[in-house]
Amino acid sequence: MFHVEHGAGPMAINGNEQFEVIVVGGGHAGCEAALASARMGCATLLVTQNPDHIAQMSCNPAIGGLAKGHMVREIDALGGEMARAIDDTGIQFRMLNTRKGPAVQAPRAQADKKKYRERMRSALEMQANLAIHQGDVKRLLIENHEVAGVETLAGSLYLSGAVILTTGTFLKGLIHVGMTSFPGGRAGEPPAVELADDLLSLGFEIRRLKTGTPPRLHAETIDFDTLVPLEGDPVPPPFSFSTRAITRPQVPCYITYTNEKTHEIIRKGLDRSPLYSGKIKGIGPRYCPSIEDKVVRFPGKGRHQIFLEPEGLDTMEIYANGISTSLPLDVQTGFVRTISGLENALIMKPGYAVEYDFVLPTQLLPTLETKKIRGLFHAGQINGTSGYEEAAAQGLLAGINAVQHLRGKEPVVLKRSEAYIGVLIDDLVTRGTEEPYRMFTSRAEHRLLLRHDNADLRLCEKGYGLGLVSTDEHERFLMKKDLIHKEMARMQKKTIVPSPDVNEVLGRLGSAPIQGRTSIFQLAKRPELNYENLSVLDTGRGPLPKEVCSICETEAKYEGFIQREKDQVMRYDEMEGIRIPEEIEYGQIQSLSREVQEKLNRVRPLSIGQAARISGITPAAISILLIYLKNKRCRIG
Amino acid sequence: MGTGGVGIVRMSGTKAMDIANKIFVPVSDNGNGPDRGYKIRYGKARDPEDGQIIDEVLLTVMRAPKTYTREDVVEINCHAGPVVLKKILMTLVALGARLADPGEFTLRAFLNGRIDLAQAEAVMTLVSAKTEAALRSAVQQLSGEFSEKIGKIKSDLIHILSEVEAAIDFPEEDLDLIKPDVLIKKLMDLIEEVGRLIESAKQGKILIEGIATAIVGKANVGKSSLLNRLLMEDRAIVTPFPGTTRDVIEAMLNIHGILLRIQDTAGIRESGNLIEQEGIKRSRESIQKADLVLMVMDGSKEPDDEDVRIARMLTDKDTVLILNKMDLVDKKEQKCNNLSIIDIIRPKIILNTSILYDLGVNELKTGIAELFFQGKRGHDESPVVTNVRHVSALNSAEEALQRVLQGAGQGLSEEFLSVDLRGALAALGQITGETTTDDILNEIFSGFCVGK
Repeated sequence: MFHVEHGAGPMAINGNEQFEVIVVGGGHAGCEAALASARMGCATLLVTQNPDHIAQMSCNPAIGGLAKGHMVREIDALGGEMARAIDDTGIQFRMLNTRKGPAVQAPRAQADKKKYRERMRSALEMQANLAIHQGDVKRLLIENHEVAGVETLAGSLYLSGAVILTTGTFLKGLIHVGMTSFPGGRAGEPPAVELADDLLSLGFEIRRLKTGTPPRLHAETIDFDTLVPLEGDPVPPPFSFSTRAITRPQVPCYITYTNEKTHEIIRKGLDRSPLYSGKIKGIGPRYCPSIEDKVVRFPGKGRHQIFLEPEGLDTMEIYANGISTSLPLDVQTGFVRTISGLENALIMKPGYAVEYDFVLPTQLLPTLETKKIRGLFHAGQINGTSGYEEAAAQGLLAGINAVQHLRGKEPVVLKRSEAYIGVLIDDLVTRGTEEPYRMFTSRAEHRLLLRHDNADLRLCEKGYGLGLVSTDEHERFLMKKDLIHKEMARMQKKTIVPSPDVNEVLGRLGSAPIQGRTSIFQLAKRPELNYENLSVLDTGRGPLPKEVCSICETEAKYEGFIQREKDQVMRYDEMEGIRIPEEIEYGQIQSLSREVQEKLNRVRPLSIGQAARISGITPAAISILLIYLKNKRCRIG
Repeated sequence: MGTGGVGIVRMSGTKAMDIANKIFVPVSDNGNGPDRGYKIRYGKARDPEDGQIIDEVLLTVMRAPKTYTREDVVEINCHAGPVVLKKILMTLVALGARLADPGEFTLRAFLNGRIDLAQAEAVMTLVSAKTEAALRSAVQQLSGEFSEKIGKIKSDLIHILSEVEAAIDFPEEDLDLIKPDVLIKKLMDLIEEVGRLIESAKQGKILIEGIATAIVGKANVGKSSLLNRLLMEDRAIVTPFPGTTRDVIEAMLNIHGILLRIQDTAGIRESGNLIEQEGIKRSRESIQKADLVLMVMDGSKEPDDEDVRIARMLTDKDTVLILNKMDLVDKKEQKCNNLSIIDIIRPKIILNTSILYDLGVNELKTGIAELFFQGKRGHDESPVVTNVRHVSALNSAEEALQRVLQGAGQGLSEEFLSVDLRGALAALGQITGETTTDDILNEIFSGFCVGK
């Protein structure tokens, strides 16, 4: 299935196929990378061990949530695929944090795993300029510190100017169930050992991480009647700005809890835990601990929450979210059956832990290109992240930047004040990570600016400029933007004159009377008032799409806070704007301690702003750096 | 540049030697130019322009890099008269030297890697400390007590922030989060602690800059005797600052480690030849600027209208009332009609003195010292903020915390509280270093069992 457009198809050179961009791996990072590259017009190859597992959700059957949902909206605004894929295949949609402000609300959806896989694979298959080949990549072809292609175990050579590695948990993957361990990238799939060795021999610094999954249960053996159901929202909120409505039938999840009996069985099984016997060396995520970890670290907590999530509409498999474990199967069965509703539960797939190699992401430029080898990009878990959304976001940016690199165009680097994706990549390449990195809204300095509802306002123009957003989508975006501007201006212009009638209406809404002429915009700032209940006073307003109204309301309500954040952004930008010359020798700045010199040398930040974010770099060190740069400029000038 | 016996002019930089060569004429020519390191040589300073000898000098040459600034340093020791010093300075400037900015030698030492920033700051504080108490405070700050205190406040803040952030990022988790009333209580405690530090800055300012003090009273009650007595005993520095409309004298007194800065003493030096109106006018001016007022009265006489008029200006001031000339009072007929004055002033301390016979002066000094250390600051208690940058950081932290408190009171949702909590942390970060997201996440993960 290969479409040739604009003469950008593959050519055979010495019997080897020639592409422009090769993506290794077909997970969430690989899919977005391959799609972006092909959509931008590059002849693209996706090589994967098993094309049937493209876009596999190896862990929980859900997309979105706080910060992650934000990123999916950003991926959509930039012209990525994930949002549309989940909108098409989700079986329960909810907006989280609706009792808090719009900046920290985010969509989350349960996915039908199989349908999601099929939906994403079909997007890849239908995509012009994109070929999918089965193959295990064993090494990179390098010429003069520049990538030239890949070689597979079967001996095929594929040539290209850029390679994007999205290896997930496959680099020297090692699976643990109890004291048994065996090589594997995912349950039932072989690891990538040769490629890991190749990266090591190329001089990359590599560390080990660990992640885990819970047991999957058979739905027919669960007593759902005794459990609390968790329904989706009455009107399912979609992820993509282009989705008009979600039509697939929605199903509930169920909530249950562990208890002291569960914990006792777990404690008794700890002697056969690979985690506690020291068998697992990799570092696991603190935000997603195994149930044995929770029991040990929080002995005072009498119960832990479990979400029972369906893996799809036409499967009996239930994902027991909250009891990720690598205990032996008999212990898993034992403790599962102490849990309310799970007394007779059958485990279809045991929980397991997987250890894998990742390449320290501080060895990357902010474009996700490696500093060592030109044209080589890394995205997803190979960079130490976890999560489908984090992977997809990196894949998209790696795909974009691979194309920009080949074409000699300006790299695309999103600012921390512009997108969660910007925060994600900057954190990775500047600070690195020691545990599987997950996005949280608290990682963003400018949370009020990075809302899910304005992701298109922030990024759509960029996506369109890159050729990833269609003209139709862009037109729709421009119309929405125009409506927002006009409505905000109208709300500011339209004033209400105080009168007994007006103040009586306000009183009924629980709001204080007004003393003088007050604009609708001003009134919308009051906590008890909103766009909707102001309609009584704001007569003669035209009908507008809901998303337009809600953005106008948000902008009014949080004007002061948003302004304060914008001021901060300006100060940040100033620091970002001070470039550090590439050839700087930190060893020569004697006022910097040896430790600080080493840290700066490791990352080699491009700007003062980036330098300031390196962990362990103090404000004092930054002022020394600033003075040094200033002095240097003076001497040259 | 001081007013002692010897004045020192110091040059640092690559041209220091050259310039020194042009002004220095060795008296006993021992054949070596002034370029051998670490040698003190005797000679004369001469203006190369007109060949005139300015002064006898000692020249000290220190070669880079083993100097304070890591540059070539030349010191010219001369007689300390302002005229001589000024002439040498002007000659050096004419030869291509430049007057140093305040603290520039330390800055250069820092830039050239001789000292680190913390040391540089410490040096600046130590150098500017004029009294023992100020020195103690600077040393205390260096020893880290202040950082420790800020660290404590920061970790409390991070804890609060972690609760707030957990509420935002983990809405689906079964977390036991902080209750609004507990949050408000904690915020109020923090604001109080920050407030205490800011309050201590006033002490710090006093330690470093001295207490602006006015000595007031009618003519001939003993003001100048008091000043002279204090000056004599403490070898105070009196610096004339020419150039204003009339000479203003500022006297620095070191009283038990506390610096008193007595301004506008010109008004005090006059005896009885000024008319009453002018005396009152001058008193009013110095009172306005003063942190502390020493009001001197003739304790042997009944208070008159003028005493009352001066007293009325002191109602909102920290005042020490000095009833002087007690040697003239017959012990049997103690005056008690000073009560009217006492009622007006409500002085912090009342003292009977006879400055002429040096009676009560020690009590006065002890009294003033106690007044400024009393209650607010035991000698080794909580740290005192002396750095202006720190004070402004503390002020913005307090403002941010006030906004959090207000927001929490109004029931604003967590993301808004977070904005100002982070603002407060960033402000404190200017003192002891940045707080990173990692710090906040660490706190969340250690405090909450997060993760499905």
